[in-house]
Amino acid sequence: MADPAIAIVGAGPAGIRAAEALSRHGLSAILVDEAPKGGGQIYRQPPDSFQGPASSRYGFEARKASALHLTIKRLATAIDYRPSTLAWNVCNGRLDTLCAGRGESVVFDILVIATGAMDRMLPLPGWTLPGVYALGGAQIALKYQGCAIGQNTVFLGTGPLLYLVAYQYAKAGAKIEAVLDVNPAHAKRRALFALASSPRTLAKGIYYRASLGTHGIAVEEGVTPMGIAGTDEVRDVHYRRGSVDKSVRCDAVGLGFGLKSETQDGESTVSGVYLAGDGAGIGGADAAELWGERVGLSIAARCGRRHDASRIAKIDRRLARLARFRAGLERAFPLPLLGSTLPDDTILCRCESIRVGQVKDAIRAFDVVEMNRMKAISRVGMGRCQGRMCGHAAAELLAAETRQDLAAVGRLRGQPPIKPLPMPWPGTP
Amino acid sequence: MKPSPLAQHSTDEAAQPRMVRLIEAERARLTFSLDGAPATAREGDTILTAVLTARRYLAESAGGEDTRAGFCLMGACQECWVAVDGTRARACSTLVTAGMSVATGGHFTVG
Amino acid sequence: MTGHAVTERLRVDVAIVGGGIAGCSAALHLRRRGLSVCLMEKGALGSQASGVNFGGVRQQGRHFAELPLARRSREVWGRLPELIGTDCEFVPSGHLKLARNEEDLAALERYAADAAEFGLELEMMGRKRVHDEHRWLGENVIGGSLAADDGHANPRLLTPAFGRAARAVGADLREFTPVVETERDGARFRVRCATGLEVSATSLVNTAGAWGGEIAAAFDEPVPIETIAPNMLVTEPLPSFITRAVGVCGGDVYLRQVARGNVVFGGGDGWADSSLERSRPSSETSARAIERALGLVPALQSALVIRSWSGIEGGMPDDIPVIGFSSTTPNLIHAFGFSGHGFQLGPVIGIIIDELVGTGASTSPLGAFDIGRFHGAADLRHVSAANPEQEGAKR
Ligand SMILES: Cc1cc2nc3c(=O)[nH]c(=O)nc-3n(C[C@H](O)[C@H](O)[C@H](O)COP(=O)(O)OP(=O)(O)OC[C@H]3O[C@@H](n4cnc5c(N)ncnc54)[C@H](O)[C@@H]3O)c2cc1C
Ligand SMILES: Cc1cc2nc3c(=O)[nH]c(=O)nc-3n(C[C@H](O)[C@H](O)[C@H](O)COP(=O)(O)OP(=O)(O)OC[C@H]3O[C@@H](n4cnc5c(N)ncnc54)[C@H](O)[C@@H]3O)c2cc1C
Ligand code: FES
Repeated sequence: MADPAIAIVGAGPAGIRAAEALSRHGLSAILVDEAPKGGGQIYRQPPDSFQGPASSRYGFEARKASALHLTIKRLATAIDYRPSTLAWNVCNGRLDTLCAGRGESVVFDILVIATGAMDRMLPLPGWTLPGVYALGGAQIALKYQGCAIGQNTVFLGTGPLLYLVAYQYAKAGAKIEAVLDVNPAHAKRRALFALASSPRTLAKGIYYRASLGTHGIAVEEGVTPMGIAGTDEVRDVHYRRGSVDKSVRCDAVGLGFGLKSETQDGESTVSGVYLAGDGAGIGGADAAELWGERVGLSIAARCGRRHDASRIAKIDRRLARLARFRAGLERAFPLPLLGSTLPDDTILCRCESIRVGQVKDAIRAFDVVEMNRMKAISRVGMGRCQGRMCGHAAAELLAAETRQDLAAVGRLRGQPPIKPLPMPWPGTP
Repeated sequence: MKPSPLAQHSTDEAAQPRMVRLIEAERARLTFSLDGAPATAREGDTILTAVLTARRYLAESAGGEDTRAGFCLMGACQECWVAVDGTRARACSTLVTAGMSVATGGHFTVG
Repeated sequence: MTGHAVTERLRVDVAIVGGGIAGCSAALHLRRRGLSVCLMEKGALGSQASGVNFGGVRQQGRHFAELPLARRSREVWGRLPELIGTDCEFVPSGHLKLARNEEDLAALERYAADAAEFGLELEMMGRKRVHDEHRWLGENVIGGSLAADDGHANPRLLTPAFGRAARAVGADLREFTPVVETERDGARFRVRCATGLEVSATSLVNTAGAWGGEIAAAFDEPVPIETIAPNMLVTEPLPSFITRAVGVCGGDVYLRQVARGNVVFGGGDGWADSSLERSRPSSETSARAIERALGLVPALQSALVIRSWSGIEGGMPDDIPVIGFSSTTPNLIHAFGFSGHGFQLGPVIGIIIDELVGTGASTSPLGAFDIGRFHGAADLRHVSAANPEQEGAKR
């Protein structure tokens, strides 16, 4: 039997380790990634003109980053690695890709989707103002471009990345006006036990948090964000702490509430399609590497290669431990329910500039109970990003308005192209 | 035609740019064209970085209601599409090159 | 045997299978007549062809058998606000059908002459005039014909709005209620649903779209219906400039620009499987449709396509639907298989069904749509011209 054709989308920790495990077993794969260099989000490599050492960019993670970058460099000759290549459609065993304006269809028997994560977003009044960035975006500005998103930055939201990015900004010399965490300190204390399952990671988190204090940066926990004000750009952030209304002046906001999978559905039920890394469920970079390797090993075994049972068992044990840590993080930084309390004039869908009140009207006018119907009637999620930014909040709003569980309202269906493509399309003159 | 929201910002152009270079700011310079005027960038800048270290805004929202300055910086939000040398590109995911011509508003001349 | 325990029984005058535009408009008019109505839809109202189509509200180019119905439906389109409380973004922009060669232009002229007999006025335009009045057209256009009162509308709103209006007058519309069995039960019909609902009705209306053939077959009149899947695309919002709904001879591309600025266009086929209830666009078809759209409207160069999709539509071999009484079973009425152009007709189909149920006859000529035309032909193989903007039979 000939070896199956294997395609991997995403050359982050998960995709690279999957390709490596396959390669170790004598299996080749086509690895596509939109980015010009391998590494994924956390270990994203800057353009060539940046010469600084890895330690300045990846901090404690520098060693892991360098190891992964070395792996992809080595692999590039052993497998069919295609950087700067967007996968824009997948159907019937075929992946449509685009590289520098040229289209190509990749036929596969087995597909690994390792497309990673993006910021979990919740709308706020004023979140479309220039100067408001996704938290991950704020980090990319720094790691990938050496820039801060503004002169005076506020970090608002929740999750470990909130403290990490603030720490990285402070260390780089950016001016931070405040770090505002919507979750209270006691949530974190209660989650400590679970978090202690990964003591090193926990220690890093505590270190980031503490060093913000050393830099004299105000950290407030348990705040309720009221909105971002400004006429045509960010001017200040309003929030409430206890019963006190406060505001802080700034010209940039890094906004994020944890991460969510970039894949539309968290799991694959299609045979021959594997999900790995954050694209399959948020587990973090270490879990992504393990997960990728695990998927690679499963595929190798399926292709009749030696079944590496002891390695698989070891990976599964470590993944289980990381899952406990992840559960602790979810408890420490739960996603606040904001979707249902937003003022009616808040823009919900950034692409279509649809406001909360318009969506509520549409829900009532047509007895909408399901997400795709809500999109059809109100245009929410119908714009260029296909609901990547507003999908979660829209679902929350619909669930609240119709008194249903979040899971019951469904998810927006994705349609090709996964990301917009200019006319003409590849394959045409 | 309604006035472009970009127009109302033009007076601010003298103000500080949006993004601040903190690390490895002194890379080789290159020139490109931004909305018809010459502009300077550093080698390795994305178009977004190049524009936002020159001014405070990038482009209009998809429906032209207001202005935006990018959001996710990772190719997800699609708010940073601009016209580049006759085609289109996402400013956050495209490196600026010497001589490149970038247009941030009104890509379509029809009539 | 269906294996579904009956948990709810209803007794109504009319049971309707299928909540697309045909079924929902029927529910509204039947209920307004005072009849009790239960409509069963396996998904959400208008979630199949009626909700995902191109949105062309076009009389021009239709099979002449359809023209009288299309004329009548156009009149209903004009009074949607009174009827269902919204205009569904209907824009009477005019529909411009374009010729890219002399032969096509001659065909347009012939069609215009014949259509005049049905009261449809078409204005012929030569090269100069069509370009003078539509400066955004590409050089390959040599002329066209304009149907001034055709236009386009939002398909995502039409069927839900009809459904809402039907409910408001007391029709019982059941969503997520798949019908699994329909049968004669003495003088009445028995309709069983997967949800446990069982409906007993005097009349049965089959508006099951691409699935209409299954119900016809259950009453011993199988038809050669095929699944067709027009391929659709939409751009990001652009400045408004495409002032008309546009099609071409041959139907390989059609487009319109909505109020928000997005250009919706199609041409060619995607893929659909009605048994799986799945459809999807085809990358190759999309690339070709884009190329043709650029030929027609060069200013679309480098516009972003943000989405593509397809839908599941029932196509008949002669490209016109089945509308009328069953040939085997009294009080069974079919209206399905609209072959890619039933959106414009939808509003009048409900009126016609209501006339058939209520009075036994329609004021519109239905002879050409009789199901009897397929007798003995159910296994007929054929090539279907699966295209919403393509005129039905060119005869
Ligand atoms: C913006 C951001 C910043 C983060 N920062 C940190 C941090 O500082 N510390 C930390 O511990 N964790 C961080 N995380 C989480 C961390 O990224 C993940 O845990 C880890 O990178 C997951 O690895 P992965 O391989 O699953 O996905 P990723 O590393 O995200 O890799 C996915 C890859 O897929 C590619 N891709 C996606 N879609 C397509 C497509 N359609 N076609 C082609 N290629 C595609 C992307 O370009 C990317 O390279 C961050 C996450 C994000 C989103
Ligand atoms: C992509 C596309 C583009 C088109 N463009 C145009 C256009 O521009 N102009 C135009 O005039 N026409 C167009 N059409 C055609 C038009 O959309 C259809 O002809 C019209 O919507 C048909 O309406 P319908 O009610 O018969 O069918 P549908 O809308 O398909 O409704 C039938 C309903 O029956 C339901 N059903 C079926 N079986 C069962 C069962 N057993 N139990 C319960 N429910 C059941 C289905 O779920 C479905 O909702 C297009 C079609 C498509 C797919
Ligand atoms: S800033 Fe979001 S895609 Fe470029």
